[in-house]
Amino acid sequence: MSKPLPNAVRNHLTALRMLLVMTVILGLAYPLLVTGLSQVAFAGKANGSVVTSDGKEVGSSLIGQNFNLPKKNPDDAEETALPDPKWFQPRFSAGGYDPNASGASNLGPNSEDLTKTVTERRAAIAEFNGVAPASVPADAVTASGSGLDPDISVAYAEQQVNRVAKERKLPADQVAKLVEQHTTGRTLGFLGNEHVNVVELNKALSELK
Amino acid sequence: MSSTLAGWLQAVALVGALALCYRPLGDHIAKLLTSASHLRVERGLYKVVGVDADADQRWPVYLRSVLAFSAVSVLFLYGLIRLQNHLLLGLGVPEMPAHQAWNTAISFTTNTNWQSYSGEAAMGHLVQMAGLAVQNFVSAAVGIAVVATLIRGFTRNRTDRVGNFWVDLTRIVLRLLLPLSIVFALVLVASGTIQNFHGFHELTTLAGDPQSIPGGPVASQEVIKELGTNGGGFYNANSAHPFENPNGFTNLLEIFLLLLIPFALPRAFGKMVGDHRQGYAIVAVMGLFWVASAALITFFEAQHAGTAAQAAGAAMEGKEQRFGIAASSLFAASTTLTSTGAVNSFHDSYSPFGGGLTIFNMMLGEIAPGGTGSGLYGMLILAIVAVFVAGLMVGRTPEYLGKKLGGREMKFASLYILTTPTIVLVGTGIAMGLPGERAGMLNSGAHGFSEVLYAFTSAANNNGSAFGGITVNTDWYDTALGLAMVFGRFLPMVFVLALAGALARQQPVPATPGTLPTHKPLFVGLLSGVILIVVGLTYFPALALGPIAEGLH
Repeated sequence: MSKPLPNAVRNHLTALRMLLVMTVILGLAYPLLVTGLSQVAFAGKANGSVVTSDGKEVGSSLIGQNFNLPKKNPDDAEETALPDPKWFQPRFSAGGYDPNASGASNLGPNSEDLTKTVTERRAAIAEFNGVAPASVPADAVTASGSGLDPDISVAYAEQQVNRVAKERKLPADQVAKLVEQHTTGRTLGFLGNEHVNVVELNKALSELK
Repeated sequence: MSSTLAGWLQAVALVGALALCYRPLGDHIAKLLTSASHLRVERGLYKVVGVDADADQRWPVYLRSVLAFSAVSVLFLYGLIRLQNHLLLGLGVPEMPAHQAWNTAISFTTNTNWQSYSGEAAMGHLVQMAGLAVQNFVSAAVGIAVVATLIRGFTRNRTDRVGNFWVDLTRIVLRLLLPLSIVFALVLVASGTIQNFHGFHELTTLAGDPQSIPGGPVASQEVIKELGTNGGGFYNANSAHPFENPNGFTNLLEIFLLLLIPFALPRAFGKMVGDHRQGYAIVAVMGLFWVASAALITFFEAQHAGTAAQAAGAAMEGKEQRFGIAASSLFAASTTLTSTGAVNSFHDSYSPFGGGLTIFNMMLGEIAPGGTGSGLYGMLILAIVAVFVAGLMVGRTPEYLGKKLGGREMKFASLYILTTPTIVLVGTGIAMGLPGERAGMLNSGAHGFSEVLYAFTSAANNNGSAFGGITVNTDWYDTALGLAMVFGRFLPMVFVLALAGALARQQPVPATPGTLPTHKPLFVGLLSGVILIVVGLTYFPALALGPIAEGLH
């Protein structure tokens, strides 16, 4: 008969067997079960709430996008793309709405860089939309936490109505109505914050005849 | 509805939901930690693993099982991360450097979930679900198992047996964490959180740009990330990412999940020691700190102090429009008071006092209500100190729940309390003393110091949230913070288990008229005072150099 293993070794082998069993249950069976049920019951949401326009996939209603003019030189990484006045503009993003680089600016509340940036954004947005600088809301001049925020405040959406209507030669009333239709209140009336989904709104805008 | 009223209603709904779950969930946990019978599936599992489920362990054996399981977990996870390019669902992510893989393996095994990597760029689906998510479950279960031994220390007499780790672990996973996770993962998916095995999905946006939409088994990991107070995001933006946390409802659900078990454990404690009032006293102290902190952070964020926030008109930098100020502040308070560390908004951009409070929350030692299990054992240690302080005032040997608190017991309690501050302050001190590490700060001055202080506080307390500003994916920070996580997790556990052993050995003493009642408001006040004094005296100088200096600037 062979000598029994030392206690310390036996203990670690027990630990390893336990970990492997747990990995099979929690790491494979559990996510497969949840994925299977989700794909049967909530396929659209489970696959990322993809939105289509004219039969083509144009994004996810949960993930924000840029609505910029094409760059003069697409290969120039230094050149910043300018916002396209035909579209409702989203919030600023620390990662340029790249889903490969979600995240925030992480600049502090007294950061001089951030203070300067916010002041410059306020002036630029006021001019872009033809409104008073003081009236530009906070969400318009700050970067979101995820860098993928698809939403803006109702106030910021309303400020953009005249500019968008003019660029698209549409009556302002019609665009304002579209904003109203895409305004989402707080969930159940009190959860979260009121917002307008820019991806959905711009999609509806592009589908106007 | 005004945003202030909506903010209040969210908090009230949250408290209501937690209160409803307090009794049934606490009783369920007490039952699974004390029941003598095994489920059939558990018997099968014990057979495969080779465990004698009816043999209780002495505390050193229990400790060795905890450490062996954690050591094997670190090695397994490290190997999985390093080899992921060669495995299924690797998504072609680049190989992770050794120091970062080490840091990540430790981080998830210690229930910290500090992340020096970016989820969408560095992790394939297999590592996320079979490596990281598995540790989210079992590291949470380890915390609850350890607090179970401490409670048994109070309930058992003249024995050297504190329980069986393998049985505790199995039951906590199978009877508590897994069923809740399955249900709430489906609720999350129904609300918009994604759950698939796709890689990046390429498409062209409305404006004609290319965009790649990520995929992944997110909901199944998101739910245990909150429920197990882990906090490691599937994506870099964590619970701010719309695929993890798509709307106001999922946001409140995630806050609820991360508070659920820590707030129900005092009930399990009360039930096991045979006096529910003891549980109510503990949960009252936890609730007091949580309410105060949530209210203060919301207040400071609504004030939006700071030149940048003033220029913007509201503290919306780093916050999501669909959540707003109130729901972000509530999340921030809850995630830093439990050892979760998930974020739905970025604390680095919080106002000086708001952000300072998130650091202070962690410095409390993650006890109000704290991580799963670790919160309650931290609080019980402080309760022991409070009883001891009261005993000193009247000059008699103190006792708590019928057990005498003598020299041996107080030695373990004191060591517990000294461990984490030592790691935080020494670690921060060394980082500030090294020019290269100081240069890793994004912001300068007092705010930069806060970033480093936050990192070590978060690691040593196993929180895992980050102020975010410092570059932490370096050899030095990965190694130093990795060590802070290991010592911050396992040294306290050693002292808790030793204390459990010392208490279980004792013969109980009957309560006398001189015994301090530990279920009355007087004790709630005393314990709250002890917490504030211990934490305040320990960390005040460090806080003065960071957030306080910045806030008064």
